[in-house]
Amino acid sequence: MSIFVDENTKVVYQGLTGSQGRYYGLLNRDYGTQVVAGTNPKKAGTDVEGIPIFASVADAVEATGANVSCVFIPAAGVRSAVLEAAEGGVELVVVITEGVPMHDEAYFFNKLKSDYPDVRLLGPNCPGLISPGKANIGITAGHIAKEGGPVGIVSRSGTLTYQALYELKQKDIGCTTCVGIGGDPVPGTSFIDCLAAFEEDPETEAVMMIGEIGGSAEEEAAEFIAAQVSKPVVAYIAGLTAPPGKKMGHAGAIVSGGKGTAQAKMDALAAAGVRIGQSPSEAGDIMAEVVGGL
Amino acid sequence: MDLFEYQGKQFFASYGMPVSPGEAVTTVADAVAAAERLGTPVMVKAQVHTGGRGKAGGVKFAPDIDAVRTHASNILGLDIRGHIVQNLWIEKASDIAEEYYVSFTLDRSAKAHLGMLSAEGGVEIETVAEENPDAIAKIWVDPVEGLSQDQCRQWVLAANLNPDVTDQTVELLLKLYEAYTTGDADLVEINPLIVTPEGKVHVLDAKVTLDGNAGFRHDLAPFDATQPRDEREAAAHAKGLQYVGLEGSVGVIANGAGLAMSTVDVVNQVGGKPANFLDIGGGANADVMAGALEVINNDPDVQSIFINIFGGITRGEEVANGIIEAMNRVDIASPIVIRLDGTNADEGRALLQPHLSDRLMMAPTMLEAAREAVALAEGAAS
Repeated sequence: MSIFVDENTKVVYQGLTGSQGRYYGLLNRDYGTQVVAGTNPKKAGTDVEGIPIFASVADAVEATGANVSCVFIPAAGVRSAVLEAAEGGVELVVVITEGVPMHDEAYFFNKLKSDYPDVRLLGPNCPGLISPGKANIGITAGHIAKEGGPVGIVSRSGTLTYQALYELKQKDIGCTTCVGIGGDPVPGTSFIDCLAAFEEDPETEAVMMIGEIGGSAEEEAAEFIAAQVSKPVVAYIAGLTAPPGKKMGHAGAIVSGGKGTAQAKMDALAAAGVRIGQSPSEAGDIMAEVVGGL
Repeated sequence: MDLFEYQGKQFFASYGMPVSPGEAVTTVADAVAAAERLGTPVMVKAQVHTGGRGKAGGVKFAPDIDAVRTHASNILGLDIRGHIVQNLWIEKASDIAEEYYVSFTLDRSAKAHLGMLSAEGGVEIETVAEENPDAIAKIWVDPVEGLSQDQCRQWVLAANLNPDVTDQTVELLLKLYEAYTTGDADLVEINPLIVTPEGKVHVLDAKVTLDGNAGFRHDLAPFDATQPRDEREAAAHAKGLQYVGLEGSVGVIANGAGLAMSTVDVVNQVGGKPANFLDIGGGANADVMAGALEVINNDPDVQSIFINIFGGITRGEEVANGIIEAMNRVDIASPIVIRLDGTNADEGRALLQPHLSDRLMMAPTMLEAAREAVALAEGAAS
């Protein structure tokens, strides 16, 4: 099993005709993902390497049965692209685009919550998600992930996600689903959403969680783990030595007013029974131990 | 990006909020000329991107022109929490009957906008929050619904302000919310929002952080131009690199913000001091790598360089070629330690093999690479 996406998932790419969308859309198809459509109102009726282009997500859904949208639209168009996808009838909208203004994110997150409560949003500014061997949606390199289980991964950081997948593969540990939730201030899907889904998924037996400084998402996840998660969780938090007041690359990664420090997050998670790695490799080693003891 | 107080006031004024007349200056002579045009008394206010200006002596009342001259010359060049004052705001002085606090920002947990309003303004809100949290009236605004007149009035009433100014305050806060949302601000804060002896509500200070991602909707260039950056950050910014200057001697280059942060952590963990955080992003081609090496190379404090690359979509051999080409283009003063892992790492390592020397080393793991880079930096320093 996996969470959110599997071999039956059909994906429409908003922005398939752009350079990034085309590159990753085709890579995702090569991986085996069912990439069934693209959208571009000016290029409806054409195709990208055999993938039909439709004027809107609604048209694509009607014609192909697509149930997931992946957004590669430039930041200025993301707000309307997300609303178009939700209105068009997909279940999951994955926004890869970075640099989306905070007010747009806050708007479409809440708009989906009130008007399209069954539509899940992932991102913006995320690497996407992969259920190895079944579907890869976004910019994760598929071959660094081993199929199967028993580990589910949820991460706020792109490269560290890849690192985690790769380390597990090196240790011959498979992954059910790896979800990159992104480093922006208003992530559509939270750690808690993923932890809850992994808890429900019978094939996921342990969860790797990668956090970073800023906000309180990790602390909220710790509370949730203590109350609701029975499966073992291993975590790594980046930014232990980040100076206060400086954005470390991601819009959300900033220690301000003494809040959002890595130490506070580690302490909260440790108190919830989560085992903490001091480096990504140490987290990988701990996970190998956990998996060995399952 | 953080705005200076005077820029924040101009921003607020453009949404119809009442601010005092004033002029931004950079010299004592201009400060005096501005005060003569405005008419004394005036306030002489340091323009820096940090709080605590008053306590540091950066905000002074000047009853006459002589005082303007004295204060301006004292404040220009003043060091306020590491920020050297280069700009002054000369503003017509206001009489104050009451001081309030108000702000809007995103509550990331609630995923809604949080407004805070207090009758106890003029002091740091953190102090009020600690000592008398009940004195802060909070409101959560749904970003889709926006702030309604009724909701705003309830909020103002909950804050127990002077009832005579309720209508004015409601009107001003609706404008502030408008500025916050349509102006794409991450934060708007007025402390103090004052009531004058004549009963007028007035903006006396402005703290505004604009969202740099909203540049496609607003002209942010004037604000970007006044961002304080050290030379290294300015050079990196010009090359489009994500760079944060730190104090140490180990230059850090990594792909991805998380990995770059993690690299800085590991250097610290093994007892070294990173000189910077630098994220070259996903596609580590030769140009980007050369640019990154140039920025690091121009930092005189750097004694060794740690390049930490994890290939995902980016392939190891491309990264290796980038490093080799960059080294041919840039004369690097410090020894480099590379950790290359992930997609096609073996191919990349093979390409680097013939170029290895005591100037270019390779380590199998992040931890070992960090130890080596730190040892090299310490060796160079002793």
